Amino acid sequence: MRHIISILLENESGALSRVAGLFSARAYNIESLTVAPTDDSTLSRMTIVTSGTDDIIEQINKQLNKLIDVVKLHDLTEDAHIERELMLIKVQAVGEARDEVKRLVEIFRGHIIDVTDTTYTIEITGNGEKLDAFVEALSTITILEVVRSGLLGISRGDRVLG
Amino acid sequence: MELTGAEIIIECLKAEDVEYVFGYPGGAVLHIYDAFYKQDDVKHILVRHEQGATHAADGYARSTGKPGVVLVTSGPGATNAVTGIATAYMDSIPMIVITGQVPKALIGNDAFQEVDSVGITRPIVKHNFLIKDVKDIAKVFKQAFFVATTGRPGPVVIDIPKDITANKVDFKYPEDIKMRSYNPTFKGHPGQIKRAVDIILAAERPMIYTGGGVILGNGSEQLRKFTRKLGYPITQTLMGLGAFPASDKQSLGMLGMHGTYEANMGMHNCDVLIAIGARFDDRVTGNLEKFCPDATIIHVDVDPASISKNVRVDVPIVGEVAQVLNEFNQALEQTEQTPNAAALEKWWQQINEWRSQDCLKYNRESETIKPQFVLEKMFEVTKGSAIVTSDVGQHQMFAAQYYGFDEPRRWINSGGLGTMGFGLPAAMGAQFAHPEDLVMCVTGESSIQMCIQELATCTQYALPLKIINLNNGYMGMVRQWQEFFYDKRYSNSHMNVQPDFTKLAESYGHIGIRVEKPADVVPALEESIAQKDRLVFLDFITDQEENVYPMIPAGAGLNEMILV
Ligand SMILES: Cc1ncc(C[n+]2csc(CCOP(=O)(O)OP(=O)(O)O)c2C)c(N)n1
Repeated sequence: MRHIISILLENESGALSRVAGLFSARAYNIESLTVAPTDDSTLSRMTIVTSGTDDIIEQINKQLNKLIDVVKLHDLTEDAHIERELMLIKVQAVGEARDEVKRLVEIFRGHIIDVTDTTYTIEITGNGEKLDAFVEALSTITILEVVRSGLLGISRGDRVLG
Repeated sequence: MELTGAEIIIECLKAEDVEYVFGYPGGAVLHIYDAFYKQDDVKHILVRHEQGATHAADGYARSTGKPGVVLVTSGPGATNAVTGIATAYMDSIPMIVITGQVPKALIGNDAFQEVDSVGITRPIVKHNFLIKDVKDIAKVFKQAFFVATTGRPGPVVIDIPKDITANKVDFKYPEDIKMRSYNPTFKGHPGQIKRAVDIILAAERPMIYTGGGVILGNGSEQLRKFTRKLGYPITQTLMGLGAFPASDKQSLGMLGMHGTYEANMGMHNCDVLIAIGARFDDRVTGNLEKFCPDATIIHVDVDPASISKNVRVDVPIVGEVAQVLNEFNQALEQTEQTPNAAALEKWWQQINEWRSQDCLKYNRESETIKPQFVLEKMFEVTKGSAIVTSDVGQHQMFAAQYYGFDEPRRWINSGGLGTMGFGLPAAMGAQFAHPEDLVMCVTGESSIQMCIQELATCTQYALPLKIINLNNGYMGMVRQWQEFFYDKRYSNSHMNVQPDFTKLAESYGHIGIRVEKPADVVPALEESIAQKDRLVFLDFITDQEENVYPMIPAGAGLNEMILV
């Protein structure tokens, strides 16, 4: 099962490698990992997408908690939550494709953020499925480059990690 | 007053009541060595190899419960320490390892004797620090000792660039410490304690299974009270020996791969398993699919990640072992309910039947010296009073099986990592901590050669260790596996090229005695102990093909032992 683990950790050099090292040393999966400082500059917020049996996910949570740099963590997939990912995608846009891409971008509520005679660069956010669907919809278009941020997540309602 | 970083390090060690630092100098730590030179509150013990320093600090820690402290230089000093750090990590031993580092401005430049010590040690420490400012030294030391010694203990590495040990700042040692990201749990959950006690008292075929956590957590007294109050059988892991007295009739001895028949059968057939400070290691459980098929499992451990890691448990209790056992004992005092006497009597009958197998029997009439015989006699001659360290191999298992430990912190061995070379330096650390006690190192001709250079350290500090070398001319444990599982193809396990150990010991200034006949075993042991102030190296020429029994082969369940 896929899980999204949200972590507050000390904003220290080496904290990221402790987390990454834990996953590789214990052969846990990482689908994506994002990290950046929060409004409190001593803390970073990390979002890890992983998968495994219930036993493995329990161990991942416990082992993460054991790391001295980890202040708090929460498995977002345990209850209602919001997932978002940002994608930047550069496509070839010549001839008919120019209009076609523009239409698709509108349908998916993306933005074209850079234009040349032959290319568009598009920004689009959503959950992973939406981004996949957009890439799928571009099947007749030549994709030049795809950059995805990895998933970010937050709990619904008044629940906070802090 | 302003102090240099190096002086601050000494002050921190003093503030933490550190008696000994085991170390080896080099360029990156010369400022620190200079600070050592100018004081004598903290004693520096000069080893002959950094691995020896870590094992010595480890032996000091295991025999006292206090953290061991190590000081090594950057680069090769740090990498030589790695084996000892990993050894301490696997057995959760509190240790502080100070590694020198190249000056801050050179970090990342592939400077002379630069390695990424924090990176290399990351997976084998509880935590590590790179100090980047002289102002941080005191705080980091305070945190390091706190982290190393609380919760599930473990080694902590502090990496210090050379320039920082020369910089100056006002010194003040923090009085207390709070870390928002580190709060070990001490007390057990009251609801879980109650649930556990109900299950414990309702048991018909109970088994208490305890590990190194009881020793690390100083829970031996509480465990004795608990076990005796209930009258239940108890088995201890290799790391747990001594927490409950081996000589007590409730003790079934060690369990696991080379555990006793009664302990392993008791585990396999129990209906309630009370696991305390043990971690269900694969050498203990055998095949997990076949492990304790009928048991409701209660597990007490200070580390939540140890619970339900290998074996799913029914009643998890996170907390300090001694605390939780106190809570158990209180609950047992307060309840009217008592153990099921009739069921217990039947259970003990069954256990005594298994016991009558006498699974540790061996040929006592042998013409060659049996390793078991040496251990048995060593127990008799010392009346079980020695602190015993061991290396890794058959001799380690024989020591665990035949030297009955009645007290905690008297049996010191590398269980988790299984590090050959551990025994001699660990014995040095134990002897420093207990100058009046008899410290004996049980080893094999292969293991002892891995840190043999420390015989010089023993000379320098007049450590009167007794080295019990069970010399079977083989890496015995490897040979045993090759005999059983590789059709006796003894590939590279023959240790027939050896030094003359007696002469070797003598060349270091010690006494060496070679013992070849069973009749000479006791006199030699007595002679070695009579030499109160001297290290005696006893080279026992033992049966080359003796095996450790019982044995659970890989993939088998605890009830599927190979017996003699
Ligand atoms: C550093 C290290 N290398 C290799 C091993 C694998 N190993 C385990 S036991 C053993 C043989 C030990 O031989 P010896 O010290 O003579 O003891 P014996 O088994 O004969 O009692 C070996 C090589 C180890 N445990 N540690």
